[in-house]
Amino acid sequence: MQAIIQTHNLRKVYGMGDIQVNALDGVDISISEGEFVAIMGPSGSGKSTLMNILGCLDRPTDGQYLLAGEDVSGLDKVHLAAIRNRRLGFVFQSFNLLPRTSALRNVMLPLVYKRSEKFTTREREEKALAALEAVGLAERAEHEPNELSGGQRQRVAIARALVNDPVLIMADEPTGNLDSKTGDEIMALLHELHGRGRTIVMVTHEQYIADQTERTITLVDGRVAQDDKNGGH
Amino acid sequence: MTAAQKAKQGVLPVARQDAPKELAEETAVSGLISLIEILRIAWEGVVRNKVRSLLTMLGVIIGVAAVIIMIAISAGTEATIADQIQGLGANLVFIQASFGRGAPGSRDTGPSLVYDDVALVGSVGGVVGTLVDQMTTQSVKADSTTLTDVSVVGTTQDFLSVREVEISDGRFFNETELERKAKVAVLGSELATNLFGDANPIGQSVTVGTTKLAVIGVTAAKGVVGSTDFDSQLYIPITLVFDKFMPSQFRQFAGDDVRVIYAQIDENADMDKVIQQIQLKLATSKGVTVDELPFTMQTQDDIIETQGAATEAFRSLLAWVAGVSLIVGGIGIMNIMLVSVTERTREIGIRQSVGATPNDIRLQFLSEALMLSLVGGLIGVAAGVGGSFLFGATSDMRTVIVPSSIVLAFGSAAAVGIFFGFFPANKAAQLDPIEALRHE
Repeated sequence: MQAIIQTHNLRKVYGMGDIQVNALDGVDISISEGEFVAIMGPSGSGKSTLMNILGCLDRPTDGQYLLAGEDVSGLDKVHLAAIRNRRLGFVFQSFNLLPRTSALRNVMLPLVYKRSEKFTTREREEKALAALEAVGLAERAEHEPNELSGGQRQRVAIARALVNDPVLIMADEPTGNLDSKTGDEIMALLHELHGRGRTIVMVTHEQYIADQTERTITLVDGRVAQDDKNGGH
Repeated sequence: MTAAQKAKQGVLPVARQDAPKELAEETAVSGLISLIEILRIAWEGVVRNKVRSLLTMLGVIIGVAAVIIMIAISAGTEATIADQIQGLGANLVFIQASFGRGAPGSRDTGPSLVYDDVALVGSVGGVVGTLVDQMTTQSVKADSTTLTDVSVVGTTQDFLSVREVEISDGRFFNETELERKAKVAVLGSELATNLFGDANPIGQSVTVGTTKLAVIGVTAAKGVVGSTDFDSQLYIPITLVFDKFMPSQFRQFAGDDVRVIYAQIDENADMDKVIQQIQLKLATSKGVTVDELPFTMQTQDDIIETQGAATEAFRSLLAWVAGVSLIVGGIGIMNIMLVSVTERTREIGIRQSVGATPNDIRLQFLSEALMLSLVGGLIGVAAGVGGSFLFGATSDMRTVIVPSSIVLAFGSAAAVGIFFGFFPANKAAQLDPIEALRHE
């Protein structure tokens, strides 16, 4: 299986005058295509920083990051934006949908910024509708986020993450803002995606959520402290 | 069945099986995203806060309307002046004593323009008519009616042909009557009605000041040309004005000086040559060289041009004032765009996370600023055109809407939008996606 994520001695240093904080202090991880991995760690452990770098929202200070075999650690802001658009799908704790914008238009958003392939508005609508259909929300396509429940909003966000057919889905506490029943439904959806071959990396601080994945990487003080296969899965 | 269960119906897309394309090919960053989408996003930005957008546009609206209205007023003024000068007759040369020298009353500084020069000018080949006039304001009394402050125009027999006025009743005075200072008067059509009502004024008499004159004719209605109301004036031989209606002390030093001699030139003649002939003849008669002749010769085009230069300066002053209000409008746009960027930081973060490049974000906010200024500009054009019409209709001032002023004002509004939108748009483009996503 091809490695989707490969990092080598990944470092991130935040400098504030004389005080330097090593948010990431040499992280080496490898995640293969089709894996469902949870990243855990206490606050301040560097898991958000790692998430941002793996999600191409930020660049490492040092070290290498290969995404689907290609080095993206040295890319500029503009090319990182294009990588996010073409290779990544995000699912956030707080959904991050555009307010006063229909579910359909929200899901269309990544297609708007896709430059490698141009679509007409109609094609974008069709693709977005197909993605909404895949998460079971086709009939709510015209609803705005404030007319949707938390679970439904997260489904819209997942549809948006899927619409550009990414190689990797980054989920940042995807169930953090949901009650446990809705959270379970979202987890079921992620499992479904995983079952269909998607590679998913999920940050969580809830052990029972992490336990549902195949593998848990635990960070402490910017280093990988534990990297275990989850037995039950 | 829950939505989650429904999703398990096998419609979830499987992970892609095809190998990803080359990185460079797949992550192209050049070129624009869909124009329709850019315009749509910008329009949504404007419509989202209707009242705020309208207030923001107000500066641009006022600026654009001000440019159009002010230029319309100054163009109207210019047109009025041109009409007035053209209304004096066709193909005229204005012979005027130069200011300071040879002007009425300054006989000692050089030869002056006198009534006798009219005949001299008239004798030049190519001159088809000559005219002088001397205005005075007098009370005019008919049988039972007395009108005060009537414009009395002392003139010559060529008045009708040069000024293009017609006689509806009776006749105009002739050369003999002019020479003899005959006590005759021709009434403007409106003046005739005001003095005599429906009665026939011909053969009646009117008392102008203290002099009794016989009415010999009434002019046909001509209306107001420029600011001259031909129909309300009284026309008498100019010799009579010199004789009876000049204050004696003025008469003493001014003699029969005239301000302007209008010479009507044959339209087939070469105007410049005829002017040279007139100058030569006047110089010979005054005993000076042509260069020493203290008179100016101007055609109507010359005068309109001179007046135009004066209003041009006035117009550019107005344009600056209007331009300043456009800039103020632009600052208003910049202000609200900065607020908008701050308010929508999270939206910017979301767009960045799904792949919007800094240029995409910049373009989005720039389009929104441009949209604000263009919509404001359109409303401003409507207000300016409407305002110009309204102003022209409700005041004494004439307004002429100049099409190029609309282009100028609208173009400036667009430029202002881009210029003042750039700073906020740049600020938005430089936001860090992580910070932006964290923003509440």
